[in-house]
Amino acid sequence: MTSTITPDMSVPAAISVEEQQFNDLLEADSRIEPRDWMPEGYRKSLVRQISQHAHSEIIGMQPESNWITRAPSLKRKAILMAKVQDEAGHGLYLYSAAQTLGATRDDMTDALIAGKARYSSIFNYPTPSWADMGSIGWLVDGAAICNQVPLCRASYGPYGRAMVRICKEESFHQRQGFEILLELMQGTDEQRQMAQDSVNRWYWPALMMFGPPDDDSPNSAQSMVWKIKRHSNDELRQRFVNMLVPQAAVLGVTLPDPDLHFNEETQQWDLGVIDWTEFHEVLAGRGPNNAQRLQRRRDAHDEGQWVREAAAAYARKQSARTEEMAAS
Amino acid sequence: MNDDTANNDSAEADVHGHVAVEVTTLDAELIEGPSVATADIAEYAVWLGDDSLVLAQQLGAWISRAPELEEDVALGNVALDLIGHARSLLHYAGTATDRSEDDLAYWRTEPDFRSLHIVEQPNGDFAHTIARQFVVSHYLFELYSRLRASADPTLAAIAAKAVKEVDYHRDHSTQWVLRLAEGTDESRRRMITAMSDLWPYVEEIFRDDPLIDRLEGIAVRPSSLRPAFDSAIAPVLAEAELDIPVGFVASGGGRTGKHSEHLAFLLAEMQVLTRAHPGASW
Repeated sequence: MTSTITPDMSVPAAISVEEQQFNDLLEADSRIEPRDWMPEGYRKSLVRQISQHAHSEIIGMQPESNWITRAPSLKRKAILMAKVQDEAGHGLYLYSAAQTLGATRDDMTDALIAGKARYSSIFNYPTPSWADMGSIGWLVDGAAICNQVPLCRASYGPYGRAMVRICKEESFHQRQGFEILLELMQGTDEQRQMAQDSVNRWYWPALMMFGPPDDDSPNSAQSMVWKIKRHSNDELRQRFVNMLVPQAAVLGVTLPDPDLHFNEETQQWDLGVIDWTEFHEVLAGRGPNNAQRLQRRRDAHDEGQWVREAAAAYARKQSARTEEMAAS
Repeated sequence: MNDDTANNDSAEADVHGHVAVEVTTLDAELIEGPSVATADIAEYAVWLGDDSLVLAQQLGAWISRAPELEEDVALGNVALDLIGHARSLLHYAGTATDRSEDDLAYWRTEPDFRSLHIVEQPNGDFAHTIARQFVVSHYLFELYSRLRASADPTLAAIAAKAVKEVDYHRDHSTQWVLRLAEGTDESRRRMITAMSDLWPYVEEIFRDDPLIDRLEGIAVRPSSLRPAFDSAIAPVLAEAELDIPVGFVASGGGRTGKHSEHLAFLLAEMQVLTRAHPGASW
């Protein structure tokens, strides 16, 4: 079926009873559940968004798992392990939510490792320093929370409920990232430099996580009508920057935007110009780590193939045995 | 934040509020307790702490590389439990010499580590990791079951908590031994290879040492665990149709600081950042 997304929902042409019910549910801010009728475009749009989100969690494990074996204290090692493990858990809930829409985990995994599915471009940046564990938590997870908290109210029930659980854990992730940076900024000169260098590298990519400007975001309008998405990219980005500025002051780090200034009129922080060329380059697969991230996922998948086959074969044998016993 | 607040706008304004997660704090009895370990008890705590630390370090390397996402989560869980045990044990050991858990983990060199060779064996393929887990978690379960009755209250408290966790590790590895041994021809072949590669390091686990004689009633005598270990693994191996591998017995020596070649690499990676910044806090 071709995707015929029409942002205008108010077409007066005859609509079915089911469609009317769907529209009524949206209107009433109720949840759409897996058994409810839904337009094909709504289903597809959700599968796209949820599976991309799941893939992002899975690929997002890599830049941080890099530092599990080198974490500088046992407490930090434990926190980082717990965090990366949470991300695997988020990937699992999200794949399950997408499965309620008819997608299969195998298909989604295949699309990811074949390089056909998208995931958040932020994870294509490298983590050369320990401070990057701080920046990922503070900036990347911080941006993710701004994006995701409104999704707790997404119209599709399983997605909204998965997001409630995910957001709770993400706020812990954001907090621990902030603490890593705070500890570094209160440490030695080398540690402070490590933190500032890392914030310099992650700040702009984190702002790009909200997606292109509103006038250049093809899928946003329909998603807002369908109440999958509740705030525009630029609105969320602004909210994030307003939140970051005072936190940066507490940390003592400088945000790498010389044009950043407070606008008395709007009571918001106006930011400088975002270099979208870089965003599009990374999105097009030409970021610093795109190839490496996909290769590692592919390797883990390929090297685990025999294990998954063994588990499946064992399960078949066990159920055959159970049946035999029941028959005898 | 709770489910209710996540569903209204006030939560959106407050998502960066404080969220307390306690997975990272040591138990109160360890931090607040007046107990200071004697030199011998500290040495024993280092034995057990190093085993957990080295094994956790190895399992941590699986996270994001496991055969399926469920195993990233499961191996991560096991690693986290073990890091918790290591932190408790090393913290307690450090009370004897006024050193912190991190002083012991990051600032000792290889000859001062006391880990067993079996935990130092590399991850290998998934079957090797499972074989190592199977042996070690069955041993740890028997150990901590008995250490709960230690005359040393701190060791007893650590063991009481740890035993519940290693009981899960034991179950996890047992299920995988069965799946791999009875799954496909390839998985069976790999499981047999892994068991025979790991078995030379089993005997060292159960060797006694003069330290144990000095800690009667406090430590658990390693040799006393062997019969329980053997009877616990026997039915699993029987169901999996795996024979106990026969072959050489490795010389061991981990408890006196003689280690496998693998440990130095593992420590180099684990300690690299910390050692580049002496005196820094993280």
